[in-house]
Amino acid sequence: MGLAMPSDAQSHQKDGAPAMLFTKLTDWGRSQSLWPMTFGLACCAIEMMGSAASRYDVARFGSELFRASPRQSDLMIVSGRVSQKMAPVVRHLYDQMPHPKWVIAMGDCSSCGGMFNNYAIIQGVDKVVPVDVYIPGCPPRPEALIDGIMKLQKRIAAKGSKEGEQ
Amino acid sequence: MAVKTFEEQNLILNMGPQHPSTHGVLRLVLELDGETVVSCKPVIGYLHTGFEKMFEQKTYWQGVTYTDRMDYLAPMSNNLGYSLAVEKLLEVEIPPRATVARVVLAELTRLASHLVWLGTQAMDMGAMSVFLYCFRERERILDIFEACSGQRMMTSYIRPGGLAYDLPNGFAEEVKAIVDVMPARIDEYEALLTKNNIWRDRTVGVGVLKLEDAISLGVTGPNLRASGGTLDVRRDFPYCGYEEYDFQVVVGERGDIYERYVVRIREMRESLKIILQGLKRLPGGPHVTTDRKVAFPPRSELATSMEALIHHFKLATEGIRVPAGEVYSVIESPRGELGVYLVADGSAKAYRLHVRAPSFATLQALPLIAKGGLVADLVAMIGSLDPVLGEVDR
Amino acid sequence: MSDQTTVAEQPAAPEKDPVLAQVEERFGEKLLESSVVLDQPTFAVRREDLIALATFLRDTAGLQFVRLSDLCGIDYLDLGKTPRFAVIYHFHSFQLNRWLRVRVPVDEDDAVVPTLTNEWSGANWFEREVYDLFGIEFSGHPDLTRILMPDEWEGHPLRKDFQPPKEPHEWSFNPEEWQKAVQRGS
Repeated sequence: MGLAMPSDAQSHQKDGAPAMLFTKLTDWGRSQSLWPMTFGLACCAIEMMGSAASRYDVARFGSELFRASPRQSDLMIVSGRVSQKMAPVVRHLYDQMPHPKWVIAMGDCSSCGGMFNNYAIIQGVDKVVPVDVYIPGCPPRPEALIDGIMKLQKRIAAKGSKEGEQ
Repeated sequence: MAVKTFEEQNLILNMGPQHPSTHGVLRLVLELDGETVVSCKPVIGYLHTGFEKMFEQKTYWQGVTYTDRMDYLAPMSNNLGYSLAVEKLLEVEIPPRATVARVVLAELTRLASHLVWLGTQAMDMGAMSVFLYCFRERERILDIFEACSGQRMMTSYIRPGGLAYDLPNGFAEEVKAIVDVMPARIDEYEALLTKNNIWRDRTVGVGVLKLEDAISLGVTGPNLRASGGTLDVRRDFPYCGYEEYDFQVVVGERGDIYERYVVRIREMRESLKIILQGLKRLPGGPHVTTDRKVAFPPRSELATSMEALIHHFKLATEGIRVPAGEVYSVIESPRGELGVYLVADGSAKAYRLHVRAPSFATLQALPLIAKGGLVADLVAMIGSLDPVLGEVDR
Repeated sequence: MSDQTTVAEQPAAPEKDPVLAQVEERFGEKLLESSVVLDQPTFAVRREDLIALATFLRDTAGLQFVRLSDLCGIDYLDLGKTPRFAVIYHFHSFQLNRWLRVRVPVDEDDAVVPTLTNEWSGANWFEREVYDLFGIEFSGHPDLTRILMPDEWEGHPLRKDFQPPKEPHEWSFNPEEWQKAVQRGS
């Protein structure tokens, strides 16, 4: 279930402003340099590509690189519908990502199964991995994806990254 | 100390389903002898969504929204294929404004789809700038789609009976602006790639698909035409008035990756010609059929005509009733022959709607063209076949 | 694209569709059904005659239906037809520029049809899909395994009486346990 990391809870218990400042700095740094994994599944992936392309340019927000390997990424944007065959793969990849890690469920299908309430689609990727931000839309506009990423950034910077750990 | 030698065996390598270059959730099980691909087995089904089951549960109008999500790079093509199949059984008259607008939108969709293909193929092979340039143009086309229907991609704009809403004001001017700018932009892409030695070295003679194999496998579209086949449903089996438009069907010879690239680039230019002709002949008039059993009556009539009210009620509650029958309706999507086999039973829901996805047949060609090639060329081969896993898996 | 029906001398008798005429002449009683629907000839044969009909359509001069365009299954349960299933083939001819349909009725209890993969290599995945979604087997198919559903899936989804599994699969992620872990950590 991922690499073992010293819990951030310990560092928060340390007294003193320097430790707190350091944690705040790392949290801010993590939020401003989220590297998504290339995890495009279906139509939402095309809007994700659109958000990474010239007009919307998510690189401005720190996601300069979409890493192919889960070991090198910290954000999994599940963009698209998750089928029965794909669900164990999603879990497998999530487990391979090192802490701290976050998941954005982009689009209706990964949030709740979307328009496909049937035998073939998992009704929401949160049945398989814990999700931090849900972005509705079918597909959500690139601006909506960027808004979701910004919400996640605020959350990471404010509450710290321990929520990404299990 | 004696060194223990080991037996050499072929390496079984798993590629995907999560992979930056498989154009979707495609898994390839490769058997490699060093760098040479001995065999390649695609495993699909990672995006199976049960579309065909959904079509049986939903009315025909609701079904249109599902068609967008199959081949998600060319949503209006899917809408068109579905609508034509339903209209063939309905035997309903489509107004000329809708027919011409459908042609213009279908060709814009072809442009948008080929731009994504070019961007992703180039990016997979290392040419990142082409990706950014292609998406810059594609955003303008998506702006048009958004102006028409409110949605950038999954428009569901082409529906049985005509169009969902009338074309927006300034449609012709906006589309003309794109068409005026595109030839220069396509020249830009060609300047970067067509005569580029690196591009040519990696694509000429690589991934050759012979014509007889293509026909036996059921490959259609630019892939077939690059191998020498001459099937283009727009010319051979015209729909929506394509017989009145003047355009070339681009046919190649060698069937390698470079040829597929050239065919698609030239197809983009031909699409621009068709769009210009369509804009010139775009008439006024209604955007949807006047048959009240298929399309809503105008709202102004609801206050005065009882019949209009009844039609509206029936359509809103039940939907379109299609008389019993079966039809196989074919259009030329950017990927090839998109066939819709519709079996209707007289009710408001399709009894069976099977979509013959062009990428499903095309992807079967991958083991054939990959065999004996280098594993490094595999990514280029997948890109050149231009599969969309949404329609492969349905 | 479509053959023009010429006006015969007796105005009441339109000329028969040439494709229909050629096939009926060759196969006669073996055809269970023979008609033209919306300019698409439709034939039905028993599974024993499928390959003979398909190769006749492909090889005969004047027909040349060289392309297998589509292959799908259909479940007639709700229409009450017997036999319950059918496999539908669509062939295309470059020469005549037409599509035609061949229907092979399939019994529920004996759902086996000969494979066309030896004649058209593209039939491979289409037949696997029909097997996966309908449960119709294709004898002689090189690799008849599920293609769209996971290998361990039970049932054939496109059958009209398919019931999806009641219990959702248990994944390794358990929301309640994760909640508890988060609360412990904070």
